[in-house]
Amino acid sequence: MATFPGVDYIEIDSLFSEDELMVRQTVRDFVDEEVLPIIEHAHREEKFPMHLIPKMAEMGLFGATIHEYGLPGLNQVAYGLIMQELERGDSGLRSFASVQSGLVMYPIYTYGSKEQKDFWIPKLASGESIGCFGLTEPDFGSNPGAMRTNARRDGDSWILNGAKSWITNGSIADVAVVWAKAEGTIRGFLVEKGTPGFSTALHMGKFSLRASVTSQLFFEDCRIPAKNLLPETNGLKYPLGCLTQARYGIAWGALGSAMGVFNTAVQYSKSRIQFGGQPIASHQLVQNKLAWMITEITKGQLLALQMGRLKDQGKLKPHHVSMGKMNNVHIALECARMARDILGANGISDEYPIIRHMLNLESVKTYEGTHDIHNLIIGEAVTGIPAYNPPMSAQAEKEASERRAAEAAKK
Amino acid sequence: MNSVVCIAQVPDTEARIKIADGRRIDETGLKFIVSPYDEFALEEAIRVKEAKGGDVTVVSFGPDRVQQALRECLARGATKALHIKGESGSADALGIAKTLAAAIRSVPHDLLFFGKQGVGTDNSLVGPMVAELLGYPQLNVVTHLEVGEGKITAHREIEGAEEILEASMPAVITAQKGLNEPRYASLKGIMAAKKITIETKTLPDLGLQESDIHHQRVTVVALELPPEKSGGRKIDGGEPATAAKEILKYIREEAKAL
Ligand SMILES: Cc1cc2nc3c(=O)[nH]c(=O)nc-3n(C[C@H](O)[C@H](O)[C@H](O)COP(=O)(O)OP(=O)(O)OC[C@H]3O[C@@H](n4cnc5c(N)ncnc54)[C@H](O)[C@@H]3O)c2cc1C
Repeated sequence: MATFPGVDYIEIDSLFSEDELMVRQTVRDFVDEEVLPIIEHAHREEKFPMHLIPKMAEMGLFGATIHEYGLPGLNQVAYGLIMQELERGDSGLRSFASVQSGLVMYPIYTYGSKEQKDFWIPKLASGESIGCFGLTEPDFGSNPGAMRTNARRDGDSWILNGAKSWITNGSIADVAVVWAKAEGTIRGFLVEKGTPGFSTALHMGKFSLRASVTSQLFFEDCRIPAKNLLPETNGLKYPLGCLTQARYGIAWGALGSAMGVFNTAVQYSKSRIQFGGQPIASHQLVQNKLAWMITEITKGQLLALQMGRLKDQGKLKPHHVSMGKMNNVHIALECARMARDILGANGISDEYPIIRHMLNLESVKTYEGTHDIHNLIIGEAVTGIPAYNPPMSAQAEKEASERRAAEAAKK
Repeated sequence: MNSVVCIAQVPDTEARIKIADGRRIDETGLKFIVSPYDEFALEEAIRVKEAKGGDVTVVSFGPDRVQQALRECLARGATKALHIKGESGSADALGIAKTLAAAIRSVPHDLLFFGKQGVGTDNSLVGPMVAELLGYPQLNVVTHLEVGEGKITAHREIEGAEEILEASMPAVITAQKGLNEPRYASLKGIMAAKKITIETKTLPDLGLQESDIHHQRVTVVALELPPEKSGGRKIDGGEPATAAKEILKYIREEAKAL
């Protein structure tokens, strides 16, 4: 079994501590030995490799930055390196870990009651329970603030109505962190699997993140105990706070995919011979691609590392994370496309770990804030002008209000 | 139940070896790992500790870089680590065994674990030599171990059969692949390992001098890379049946393998 040698062009490893490197190595070995041999099959079969969950839990990969509940209490750089190695395996595997740690354990740990924490954190850490995070809806993705899912208080219960879509782990989750409007304010609720009025359905026919479960969640007069509200949540800022955690991990994770495809492309180009008995790596056009890839990976590593150090100092801002997510996913996708090209026809076959990464990264580009939305966040940070919802022309305004009126009439 | 696990740090089995001075491995830029058979030894010792309590002390003789290997073993669950500083590269198997035996005397132990061989040098000598130096029974190339009251039972594969051995303690066990499936270091283990101090000793601390351990019985006179593989032969397309005949002919007449 070939082990991954890592990608380190300018001695970036010298910037990591000994324990950060050990964390990376242990996850790297796990991915080489347990993930790579089975992942193409899982991807082909559109199945998440459930058998890896207990192993990941035993290693302590879920909630790894938490200091309580006997969890490892790693720093943010070590956490990032975990994400990097997992995504070198597959974006689906990293997505699972991101959701479990950043989107489920984080909000319960940060916004939850003591009772909620004591109950769920150990179960989620041990992999006994799986979580999902429901924010996106069929009609609202980039603009979750306009969500329709709502929660109504009824005595000792909340009653949820609405639908969520594109929810990672949805159908396999034991607990869903669901965001809904309660009297107009977005709040988080814990909905357990099997609660009457709560059902899920798989998104079928995905050509990306196939080794990951993606589902729709439906709430039809779904009654949950009042204590299942995450007490601290009170507005859009709270789900966005979770996303900042997960996006930070994605900025590292995407580098893992990029390193994986780069490594494969270098090896392949040195052994593939076409003209004049020379490997294709000896052609300038091929070298140009490899040079672009290693340069962008190296810049991405430095960006991720600086984000991690800032996060550990409590100084990391959401607009910093936007740059990391936007840039690193973009360059990873470009690397995957270039690697795909360098491998020629072999680049489209799942005999090589290229096309899978390329397809996966299309999802990663879209979820957790699309590439363009992150550009708008950076744009706002540098200009002070939010451009998400620019003023409309009189004509567009008229059409929009007609649409709203027609919709209201339909109701 | 206290165990000692002697571990060797060896070049990564996937590393491209370069040779310096025609006599030793050039270590520049080389990645080192815990010798793979030693991982089975460590895992078994940790399992014994989990079942029966006690300490697992990992011991390694070598230059400063072996501390990294000891740290990794602590992260997997060893409870103590001892580093004997020295140029293990100039010692032969007997020299290493003398050093380890001297070090082990000062560590409480019931079981001594080794890998069945150090990957790379592949001599399979150190474990058995330590057993002889300490006067302990040795159970070599073990694939299954049971630790009972005052005695151990070990299984080993021999030609066409399985041999079951019993011995009193303390005893030396050398681990074969299949003894267990080594675990990954847990992240918690990595963080906990940071807090454990690796004890260090020098040869004089053990009452030894370099002359006691260097080139005791064997001296390496030369180290050479194997010759480059020649190109191989390609049997060109055509009918599968014809190609098969040609391959068979090659195997019989040229390779003389049949
Ligand atoms: C595999 C997968 C897993 C997912 N997992 C989860 C999950 O676990 N939980 C969850 O809640 N969601 C999840 N999502 C949903 C994801 O977060 C959304 O798809 C994402 O936020 C984009 O929303 P959308 O698909 O509705 O696209 P839209 O918001 O409709 O965007 C479509 C296009 O319009 C652009 N656009 C939108 N608004 C603007 C604007 N103001 N200015 C310029 N351009 C704009 C976007 O950039 C994009 O290019 C997942 C998605 C996928 C594909």
